[in-house]
Amino acid sequence: MTNFLLFIVLPYACLAVFLIGSIYRYKSRGFTVSSISSQFLEGRKLFWGSQPFHWGLFVLFFGHLIAFLFPRAVLAWNGQPVRLLILEIVAFAFGVCALLGLVLLVNRRLTSRRVQVVTSKMDVLVFVILLTQIISGLLVAYHSRWGSSWFAAFLTPYLRSIFVFDPQMDAIASVNSLSLKVHVISAFTLIGVIPFTRFIHFLVYPVDYLWRSYQQVIWNWNRKSIRTSRAHSEGHKSKNN
Amino acid sequence: MDIRSQVSMVFHLDKCIGCHTCSIACKNIWTDRKGAEYMWWNNVETKPGTGYPTKWENQDIYKGGWEKNGDSVSLKGAGKFRGLKNIFHNPHMPVLDDYYEPWTYKYQDLFTAPEGDDQPTARPVSLVTGEHMDVQSGPNWDDDLGGSPDYARQDVNLQSLSEAEQEAMFQLERMTFSYLPRICNHCLNPACVASCPSGALYKRGEDGIVLINQERCRAWRMCVTACPYKKSYYNWHTGKSEKCVLCYPRLESGQAPACFHSCVGRIRYLGVLLYDADKIKDAVSVPDDQLVDAQLDIYLDPFDPEVIKQARLNGIADSTIDAAQKSPVYKFVKEWRLALPLHPEFRTLPNLFYVPALLPTMATVANGVYDSTSKSLWNGVESNRLPMKYLASLFSAGSTGKIVEVMKRLMAVRLHRRGVTVGDLNVAEISSAMSEVQMDAETADAIFRLTSLATFDERFVIPPAHREESIEMLENTADVKGNTGFGFKEKPARGL
Repeated sequence: MTNFLLFIVLPYACLAVFLIGSIYRYKSRGFTVSSISSQFLEGRKLFWGSQPFHWGLFVLFFGHLIAFLFPRAVLAWNGQPVRLLILEIVAFAFGVCALLGLVLLVNRRLTSRRVQVVTSKMDVLVFVILLTQIISGLLVAYHSRWGSSWFAAFLTPYLRSIFVFDPQMDAIASVNSLSLKVHVISAFTLIGVIPFTRFIHFLVYPVDYLWRSYQQVIWNWNRKSIRTSRAHSEGHKSKNN
Repeated sequence: MDIRSQVSMVFHLDKCIGCHTCSIACKNIWTDRKGAEYMWWNNVETKPGTGYPTKWENQDIYKGGWEKNGDSVSLKGAGKFRGLKNIFHNPHMPVLDDYYEPWTYKYQDLFTAPEGDDQPTARPVSLVTGEHMDVQSGPNWDDDLGGSPDYARQDVNLQSLSEAEQEAMFQLERMTFSYLPRICNHCLNPACVASCPSGALYKRGEDGIVLINQERCRAWRMCVTACPYKKSYYNWHTGKSEKCVLCYPRLESGQAPACFHSCVGRIRYLGVLLYDADKIKDAVSVPDDQLVDAQLDIYLDPFDPEVIKQARLNGIADSTIDAAQKSPVYKFVKEWRLALPLHPEFRTLPNLFYVPALLPTMATVANGVYDSTSKSLWNGVESNRLPMKYLASLFSAGSTGKIVEVMKRLMAVRLHRRGVTVGDLNVAEISSAMSEVQMDAETADAIFRLTSLATFDERFVIPPAHREESIEMLENTADVKGNTGFGFKEKPARGL
């Protein structure tokens, strides 16, 4: 019963809250969608915390995503022990990187008076979830090694069953590793709290900046069309006051 | 040709008395809020000095603006690759201490302090943390300290002067300062807009005002770095950047912006310039010494029939063209060539122009006697108290010729008016000064008039925003024809 609640009810609840909550917040509370950076109040400690933390998470996030989407490719890569070793060491290193960064960020929150002024209760929750997530992940990587290989056997079927609405929790429930279970549960919790915390900022990472033109001119009279000086003659002319 | 209209500005520095009324007017309207206390969308600096935020002009520190990159330009400290790479920590961003920590005083203590031997005091408390603090600096901490080692000597513009020239400049008899009021330049090639990863910043097509969409700002804070004038500020409380909006709600209702309206010295002028947006890219890519000319070349003659025709084709209203023809900015910048952009080498094409201050009276000390007499009534412009090189570093990307030219024109007007009102000068001297800059008496009188006697409506020529049609900016009126009065939140249609 506990397993049913933790590995089936909780994931679906979190995913539903994430989807509905994020869309609602973006649409009707758009002003609050921000990374609410505190670099302006404290910049030096932020550098040593934020850089390793974000880049660590960045790599780990895509690592997990690839392992979930393309398990065969990962298994093929792991076919040779050396490549498996390299992959595991790199992943672990980025995990340590993220943990170190996070510890420095927590320290920054605790020691900088100015940053405390802009720290909310939700920021504390964010720290707790992230610490749980990263520490449990590192414990899994250390105690149950070669996760990139057994991931495909235990987790991919479970996760896939969740996303195809045919939940099968046997694989995950039979795993004899507390840290792995904690890792999965806190991962879904993290997704669930996205709409209520600053986690929302990772949904609006500005990739579209890469293909946008640098300058933006907007006519009130035709606010949908954003003109650049190159494209001025395309389409109809906007009216000016 | 892509003609657009731009609300642009001229500040006449000779008239600025450094009273900071403009800053206060702006503060009261816009930045008297939590998180914005440290912001001064309008601030007045003393030059030479380090300014606000400290050393904002030094792009080796802040990496603002554009730099020449082959035939084109690229952002110095931001851009697509650099911006996304530095998004987790922006290495060149000024922090609170580069501005100052805002504070207030515990006035209540003056009334509630228990009886004692000492007078109660109102101690300063930080507006960020709420704790007691020692006030270290403020937004105009270098005010009037034009000769001080901590401020004036640290002025970035002094780098263009030799050691000896700097020493001469800081002799007691020669020491001087002038004021530099600054607001957002609402540039034609804004670095802040280009640097914003989430696309929250934009330039308004109708009047060229640069704004930040507060709903779309995600606190990536690249604009703070990218603006070389440091006129985009990060609100630490809301987690959004903010900047000068040129009081657009006032402009739209025909009022001058608060800082313009309140200016005691009446140094500020506001009007429309028509410009050719197709020329922007070429104008920002020329070598440093051609930057001023290239920028002035973008602005078009509003009396030219071809320009009027193209402007109309581009949707610019007749009322706006009319405003452009009466624009005091056009007169100062294009017709009379008296006003120059601030730091054109940042390559953002700023639309705020400055008439440099003319401070010609020089004194010397010989045998302990202070001597301020000169051969002519006013000494020549070359012996200006502020060296031409210094002014050139501020207003013409280092080309002293441009500054001397402007100074000589200003001087010609003075000599001419002295001839008219007092008549004690040699006529030949006046006419040679006038002919050197090819100025006729009529022009000189017009300059004099707009400089010193201009009325409110001559200083601020604001194009009508046609508010009777303003609803069309927000919605298609035909679509909401049934929504009379205050309208409906939802369409008055049958429910489910």
